[in-house]
Amino acid sequence: MSASAAEPTVGVRRRRHLSWALALPLGWVLLVAILAITADWLGLPDPAAQELIQRRKPPSTEYLLGTDNLGRDMLSRIIYGARTSLIVGICAPFLGFLIGGAIGISAGYFRGKIDLLAVGFIDVLLAFPALVLALTFTAYLGQSLFNVTLALGILSIPAAARVSRANTLAWANRDFVLAARTIGASNWRILTREILPNVLPAMFAFWLVAISVIIVAEGALSFLGLGIPAPQPSWGGMIADGREALDVAPHTALIPAAVMFLTVLSLNFLGDMVRNLVDPRRSAL
Amino acid sequence: MSGAVSGGPLLSVRDARVGFGTVRGLLRAVDGVSFDLQAGRTLGVVGESGSGKSVLVRSLIGLVGGGSGAVVGGQVLLEGQDLRGLSAAGLREVLGRDIGIVFQDPMTSLNPVMKIGRQIGEGLQLNRGLDGAAAARRAVELLAEVGIPEPERRAVQYPHELSGGMRQRVAIAIAIACEPKLLIADEPTTALDVTVQRQILDLLQREQRQRGMAMILITHDLGVAAGRADDIMVMYAGRAVEMATTREIFRGPRMPYTEALLRSLPRLSDVAHTRLSAIPGRPPDLARRGMGCAFAPRCTYRSDRCETEEPALTRDGARGFACFNPLAAGSRVVA
Ligand SMILES: Nc1ncnc2c1ncn2[C@@H]1O[C@H](COP(=O)(O)OP(=O)(O)OP(=O)(O)O)[C@@H](O)[C@H]1O
Ligand code: SF4
Ligand SMILES: [Mg+2]
Repeated sequence: MSASAAEPTVGVRRRRHLSWALALPLGWVLLVAILAITADWLGLPDPAAQELIQRRKPPSTEYLLGTDNLGRDMLSRIIYGARTSLIVGICAPFLGFLIGGAIGISAGYFRGKIDLLAVGFIDVLLAFPALVLALTFTAYLGQSLFNVTLALGILSIPAAARVSRANTLAWANRDFVLAARTIGASNWRILTREILPNVLPAMFAFWLVAISVIIVAEGALSFLGLGIPAPQPSWGGMIADGREALDVAPHTALIPAAVMFLTVLSLNFLGDMVRNLVDPRRSAL
Repeated sequence: MSGAVSGGPLLSVRDARVGFGTVRGLLRAVDGVSFDLQAGRTLGVVGESGSGKSVLVRSLIGLVGGGSGAVVGGQVLLEGQDLRGLSAAGLREVLGRDIGIVFQDPMTSLNPVMKIGRQIGEGLQLNRGLDGAAAARRAVELLAEVGIPEPERRAVQYPHELSGGMRQRVAIAIAIACEPKLLIADEPTTALDVTVQRQILDLLQREQRQRGMAMILITHDLGVAAGRADDIMVMYAGRAVEMATTREIFRGPRMPYTEALLRSLPRLSDVAHTRLSAIPGRPPDLARRGMGCAFAPRCTYRSDRCETEEPALTRDGARGFACFNPLAAGSRVVA
């Protein structure tokens, strides 16, 4: 952003760059989401159907993305896997934000003892090695989509609490919150009508990033054999399976890895963009 | 400001104190301030930045404290009712019904994600039992009353769509919506363009007269208080150092700090852009107050006693001043 005479054109070019930077990740995320939602109506082969004669086939017209170690159609597994990854990726941070958000917002608003307690709780939760916690959790309660989501959801509580607390602190001392008190608004009303609507955009931005973190974390759990149980396909599980044949059929691991990479990257891009939009320092003006 | 007229004062503050626990010890932001305010009158609270004006008025209505580690003391009576003794719900009711406040910076005193009409109507719904539609209609009337053109259109806009001056008008509309008996304006024009400042002050004064509200007008500029306040309380380092009617203050201050404030006023006879005589020196560190008069290091009338003893606010009839070597009554300030 130079202050030269050519500023208008610079501005236009910047905007075009920005729109691509928005369109590409948004397009990819939407594509993945739509495929995941409509998977049942796409006429895909059963993602669990094994055809051992056709195992480890490279991509072809018959199998667009090839087949895996057990001769299952990779395209179908990627799309159904997207469904699993997105369910975990969206629900786990949602759970974390529900609980962590409530903790963080009350801590930032009420301060004092509640804040001390909340910060202590967050620190304790952060002190547990995350992966070990998730491993113990799924190992004891059993591997299922629900339990994996629950474990990862709990892991996202501290981050959610921190983000919401920091944002609440920034808003709670604004004069309009004091003004709301002088018109006789109760704490509940102030929290829900003055604070929450202002904190939500920042939490939404963080949620987008959290989705990508959770998708990777689910992959890591699968790698350790404690992710979503077979035969339900998930990207992490596919990469873990494909690892066995990395030398003879690299596509079995690389394709799900690439899909996961693109999705995570896109989500991070989008999250950063939303965060820049809702930066409280800027929205003050 | 003094002299209990029949029925007594609207607001009566006795020995108000606010201390903040800081790493450097207790910071006495407000140190024993007492005053009375009659219904319908305007009290100007004047003092340099950091003298405790905002903390004082905020503490009166329970906006200081709540986790900030503040120690609040003293008595605050609104129509004889002790505000400090009220429950949270009781205080909310009194605040909503009887007190309105306008803050310094309209950039931060409006909720950025709520429509303007909603923000004005909220208090009416909470305190006057109006339904949404009635509150919305009243909000538009109030917008028109505070001088906002096209009030119907503005009511459905968000704060960022308005200029600073218009936002301050909206903040005033919010504050007066429930017909409060007391309006507190905390430096309502400091953040605004000079051209707009006068309009906002005129608006405040007009509303105050029409509605018969009492007003506390906080400012660091004696000139702002000059034409608009009935009485003036000068604050220095958390204390009230002089109290008198505005006329008396301008006729002749008794306390050297008030005199210094008067000297720093621009006058019509000044050539444009003459430098004002700013008061040399800085206010004291409130966390380490010495034992003498807080103004001593900057005072030209200082004597030995000023270094070792703190002058109390002495009453001389209706006036009060805290000084061992007061200026003679009726001594005009010649800058
Ligand atoms: N929450 C707080 N914690 C610690 N100190 C505080 C707090 N709030 C205010 N203070 C201190 O109290 C003193 C008085 O502040 P106050 O805001 O009342 O001054 P003021 O007269 O309103 O000044 P201004 O004209 O700048 O608004 C200042 O020294 C300030 O640093
Ligand atoms: S008491 Fe002494 S130092 Fe303080 S204002 Fe009066 S003359 Fe000045
Ligand atoms: Mg102030």
